[in-house]
Amino acid sequence: MTKLIVLGVGLAIIGFILWWFFGKHQVTSTAAAVTNDRQSVDIEVSGGYSPENVVLKQGVPAVLNFTRKDASTCLDRVVFSDFGINQELPKNQAKAIEIDTSKPGEYEWACGMDMFHGKLIIK
Amino acid sequence: MSVTKRFWISLILSLPMLANMILMPFGWMLPGGNWTQLALTTVIMLVSAGPFAQSAWASFKKHHSNMDTLVAIGTMTAYLYSIYAMFTNQAVFFESAAFVTTFVLLGQVFEERMRNNASDAVEKLANLQAKDAEVLRNGDYVKLPLAEVVLNDIVRVKPGEKVPVDGVIVEGSSSVDESMVTGESMPVEKTIDDHVIGATMNSTGTFLLKADKVGEQTMLSQIVDLVKKAQNSHAPIQKLTDKVSDIFVPVVLILAILTFLTWYVFLDASVARALIFAVSVVVIACPCALGLATPTALMVGTGRGAKMGILIKNGEVLEAVNDVKTVIFDKTGTITVGKPQVTDVVGDEAQVLQVAASLEDASEHPLAAAILARAKTAQIKATAVEQFRAIEGKGVAAVINGQTGFVGNDKLLTDFKLDQALTARASQLQNEAKTVVYVGLADRIIGMIAIQDVPKATSKTAIAELKARGLKTVMLTGDNQRVAEAVAAEVGIDEVIADVLPGDKADHVQAFQQTGKVAFVGDGINDAPALTTADVGIAMGSGTDIAIDAGGIVLVKNDLRDVDKALALSRKTFNRIKLNLFWAFIYNILGIPVAAGIFFAIGLTLSPELAGLAMAFSSLSVVTSSVLLNRAKISSKVQTA
Repeated sequence: MTKLIVLGVGLAIIGFILWWFFGKHQVTSTAAAVTNDRQSVDIEVSGGYSPENVVLKQGVPAVLNFTRKDASTCLDRVVFSDFGINQELPKNQAKAIEIDTSKPGEYEWACGMDMFHGKLIIK
Repeated sequence: MSVTKRFWISLILSLPMLANMILMPFGWMLPGGNWTQLALTTVIMLVSAGPFAQSAWASFKKHHSNMDTLVAIGTMTAYLYSIYAMFTNQAVFFESAAFVTTFVLLGQVFEERMRNNASDAVEKLANLQAKDAEVLRNGDYVKLPLAEVVLNDIVRVKPGEKVPVDGVIVEGSSSVDESMVTGESMPVEKTIDDHVIGATMNSTGTFLLKADKVGEQTMLSQIVDLVKKAQNSHAPIQKLTDKVSDIFVPVVLILAILTFLTWYVFLDASVARALIFAVSVVVIACPCALGLATPTALMVGTGRGAKMGILIKNGEVLEAVNDVKTVIFDKTGTITVGKPQVTDVVGDEAQVLQVAASLEDASEHPLAAAILARAKTAQIKATAVEQFRAIEGKGVAAVINGQTGFVGNDKLLTDFKLDQALTARASQLQNEAKTVVYVGLADRIIGMIAIQDVPKATSKTAIAELKARGLKTVMLTGDNQRVAEAVAAEVGIDEVIADVLPGDKADHVQAFQQTGKVAFVGDGINDAPALTTADVGIAMGSGTDIAIDAGGIVLVKNDLRDVDKALALSRKTFNRIKLNLFWAFIYNILGIPVAAGIFFAIGLTLSPELAGLAMAFSSLSVVTSSVLLNRAKISSKVQTA
């Protein structure tokens, strides 16, 4: 009897994992606020990036402020491969990263090991 | 708290439990028994393993998972179960939670150190930059920070100082060590009108230079920029791992649960035994090695290239190089020097050059430049001429020291006769694809000058190296067939395509692409389309900016032998990436079934501690293998002096 209950619970957890990680979930997206011809977005790094999608206006100098709150070494660098940026993120310090917004398009950023991703849209 | 500190805390607190485990058969027990183990492990769980749980929870909330998820779940399960077991008087395994944490942190400590090692090439490059410069301002030389140097500033460089910016020497001369930028080991003599590169080391003399590139335009800044982009670029092969990590962790968790259910429900194992199998699966599956395989190798490979004066722009180029079958060369400026040079002087050299140089002194024709350059090295000065006149379509004539001298092409021969010896010599030179200029004085031909755009001294070796690698070599040129074939024969190129219009170069490259991947080596603006079309574009560093932009690999030293080195390095790096990925995958694919206890029947199992150690070891071996690329031999396949 106990074994049947354990089996049931186990299968339920598997179902939950499938739904939680593979189901469709909304992704937070933020458009940059433009002030005095500059735009900036604050991004918190904790178990991933929030927001994960950032929209920037083309041609306006942009700064992304990354603050790492997570102790994981997985997230201690942020890499924008299209821009040649590989920035170390010291814990609990805001690090400003300047983005060249001259070319519109979709760019990805990722952690140093390419496991967490974020998307940058310039339009 | 830093990873290193967390590791030491965890290691020191684990040691008593290690002693307990080893000495138990000899009758020694940890004072306090399970309670001491509980206390030690609790500290480890809070201080050393706490951040894993925090990170795992933060990403869980975002529907993400990562290696921390696996470590956190693995250690928490072992820890919580042990507490339960302790109070119900069953066997505990606190040490598993402690040891796994220690080993995972050990892996991370080493990994962090190695990663910093791998990425310092760019920093070293950027640090080459001089900090300040002596600039002429209001008639005086003042020391200014580098950022304040502007275009066309006159900068003074003293012996032993670094050249601050790119520029042209306007006064003085010196020998300059350019090895840090070009990789060229011999110092280069520089004098007025010569170009110097910022960040190179001035050794003997003082000179003044006029800045022509400052700030981000300097060669060093451009190189740093290129290397940065390359090191962080993605090799296409990596796309595979991109997606894997997101799917991998949840799948592993499901596998772990299935492992537990199978052992406990269907195979009647005890809860403890079933849990150990499940925890081992979770711990061994951490995909760190997978994530590190490509970036670390890319970083080391491109960094090493930069040190040798070979700039590889991105991971895609590396991958393309692997299947290159044909290497196509542009002729002028790539295989050859790019400037016509005097190769032979027939007759009395001093007299022939004297007459020719005097007559051509004012001319801007490239052939005239070659003659003047030769006269200069022979230390023959042009003398003033009178009654200068052109002989229509044939050459020029003028009066020198009271005698009429003339210089011209073979159409002059309708007016003057050559003797037998000279005729034979002339046709011999022409067969070598050299342009022959006839020089006469007082109605008599006194000699000939042969001019050719000669191959670079290193071209022949370079081609031989590529052929030894089994590659087909082709020369593409706008020059005529005879000249092209003569050069090709001299350097040993397989195939020649001459009389190519500038716009058609890309089409020819495409034609070769039918039979396999093509690398194109060139330097001019007209080579840009071909450089882009080719699977691998290799631009000479002396080439135009457009060519350098279009190429995927830039050879800073302008040495054609670097083509072979670039191919060898790219191949090595790409193979290292493949090797890394192979090991990382194999390790996970083999490790999981073993950890799940599939080979239990034949006595092959993996405890959570061993799984943790294996995981740390696999990340470490991947990073080590990448760093070892720095030591890998980049050798050519031919033995030449």
